[in-house]
Amino acid sequence: MPEAGSNTVASKIRNDKIPAIRARGLVKHYGNLQAVAGIDLDVSRGTIFAILGPNGAGKTTLMRLLATLTRPDAGAAAVMGYDLRAEPNKVRASIAMTGQFASLDEDLTGRENLVFLARLWGFGRQAARQRADELFAAFELTEARHRQVKDYSGGMRRRLDIAASLIVTPGVLFLDEPTTGLDPSARQRVWRMIRQLAQSGVTVLLTTQYLEEADQLAERIAVIDHGRKIAEGTSRELKAATGSGFLHVTVADPATLDRAAGVLEAQLAAPVQRNPEGARLSVMARTPEAANAALTALVSAGIALEDFAMGSPSLEEVFFALTGGVATQSEDAS
Amino acid sequence: MTEITPATLRHIERPPRPSALSNALTFGWRAVLKFRHVPEQLFDLIMTPLMFTLLFTFVFGGALAGSTRDYLQFFLPGILVQTVAFNAVYSGMGLSTDLRKGLFDRFRSLPIWPLSPFAGLIVGDMLRHLIAGAIILGIGLILGYRPEAGLPGVVAAFLLLLAIGFGIGWVFIVLGLLIRTPTTVMTLGFTVLFPVVFASNIMVQPETMPDWLRAFVDVNPISLMTTAMRGLMAGTSTPGQIALALLAPALLTAILVPVTLCLYRRA
Ligand SMILES: Nc1ncnc2c1ncn2[C@@H]1O[C@H](COP(=O)(O)OP(=O)(O)O)[C@@H](O)[C@H]1O
Ligand SMILES: [Mg+2]
Repeated sequence: MPEAGSNTVASKIRNDKIPAIRARGLVKHYGNLQAVAGIDLDVSRGTIFAILGPNGAGKTTLMRLLATLTRPDAGAAAVMGYDLRAEPNKVRASIAMTGQFASLDEDLTGRENLVFLARLWGFGRQAARQRADELFAAFELTEARHRQVKDYSGGMRRRLDIAASLIVTPGVLFLDEPTTGLDPSARQRVWRMIRQLAQSGVTVLLTTQYLEEADQLAERIAVIDHGRKIAEGTSRELKAATGSGFLHVTVADPATLDRAAGVLEAQLAAPVQRNPEGARLSVMARTPEAANAALTALVSAGIALEDFAMGSPSLEEVFFALTGGVATQSEDAS
Repeated sequence: MTEITPATLRHIERPPRPSALSNALTFGWRAVLKFRHVPEQLFDLIMTPLMFTLLFTFVFGGALAGSTRDYLQFFLPGILVQTVAFNAVYSGMGLSTDLRKGLFDRFRSLPIWPLSPFAGLIVGDMLRHLIAGAIILGIGLILGYRPEAGLPGVVAAFLLLLAIGFGIGWVFIVLGLLIRTPTTVMTLGFTVLFPVVFASNIMVQPETMPDWLRAFVDVNPISLMTTAMRGLMAGTSTPGQIALALLAPALLTAILVPVTLCLYRRA
């Protein structure tokens, strides 16, 4: 069976000079809408790269362009050194994509799904079964392998869907919102798997609406909105670009929240973010002195504080500062 | 705690690229598996033709042909054509569902022969046509239908039936690719099929129809197919009849296969 061994291959891939993805000016229209409006992207091999953006930002479209599922209207890109337009089949042979919605046959059992895909890749009957069983063991789905996929939980489906992308080790693994809709423990599980995949030398390009996810997993993050890339860097760089620090205050009486926001905005000349559940406000403060002055102003305005803290901005705040909008953080994102 | 074991991390190279035939057979295998897991789908397939057979034979049969027995003898080959045409609608719906669920995105991002997913659909269709056709024929035999040409005639008729199903299948593959709502595929499919099936010689001889309608019925591909089916089962068919019956399926295949490929690759 044509399985080459182990770590040497992984490290060779990681050290190769050609980037895993290089895109220039990618554009995709749907009618009048520019779903992807001229995006450049460079992803180095063996890294995890996150595309972060709200619903409708163009994340899925960008990923579908790179996975040869959709043709770009303008621009060019190479994946693992192969041009999207000139050599789409070579691109397909070196990638795997796990879409936003599980791409499994619900009527078949989990094992039949994997054996089916392994046969399509060209594994013989026996080798296909063996590979399927290895993946089931690795993803802790062995007990469920003879059940129909329609009886799987959301987390199990996700894991099976990712396993289905690993039948042949891909050069680049595309994961479109890998944890959307999962409960926290299933999400942790998927995160761990993604990290371990990257350690083995697979380049992972993932999209997410969760700032925490990008922060936790990715070495580099591109923030996109309305089809455009509005920022890119490491999580640290993005935070640094937004400002030195953030002042977080929690008011004692939620009724004073609006007034407190007004005072902070006037004092610090920066937009104030509200987190109404906790009666909490966050605002960029250029210096500790400025923060101090703002707190004093709150006290003299008669607003009682329950808590305050100075911290570096969260990715959430970075996103807010970059887009002027509110990023999704809840579970109900579609 | 979950740790990915070395099995996943082991670098697995791609095996040599499989042949187009191997890809197509793999998709066919999936179609067979689906039959094993969802045998209920047969119920949808045979209920309509079964109702038609029973209603037309016993309600209209005597009036239309003098006796229910004579009518069944006339009607059964045509109902087989109708069964195959209606079955094709269900396969278009299945395709539309697969597309919605993103299953085809995975197929499209695999380095496989681009027509192989459709080959699988067609294998599934052929199985459905054979099973549904056999059940309808079986019921016909119980009710008194007798194919004069015997077993060879029935085998030949079923081969023609598969060819018809193959050709009509592409219409619904194209519809399934174009329309992302399975129920719309069904509504549209039946809206097109009902007039074509009824304005044919399946249920009645066209002699009593007005001239304009008769002109259509005579050239309706469904009529041509039905005539050939009757001929094969009765042992009276001519090569000309069979050629006419195959004309529409051949044309549909020749035109719609490239359209299918084009639709599958674009987006
Ligand atoms: N096939 C399509 N036809 C028309 N519009 C589309 C299509 N796919 C995506 N869009 C539109 O393009 C924009 C970006 O969509 P998408 O890439 O799915 O965003 P995201 O994945 O970031 O939520 C959205 O406004 C969406 O409605
Ligand atoms: Mg999306």
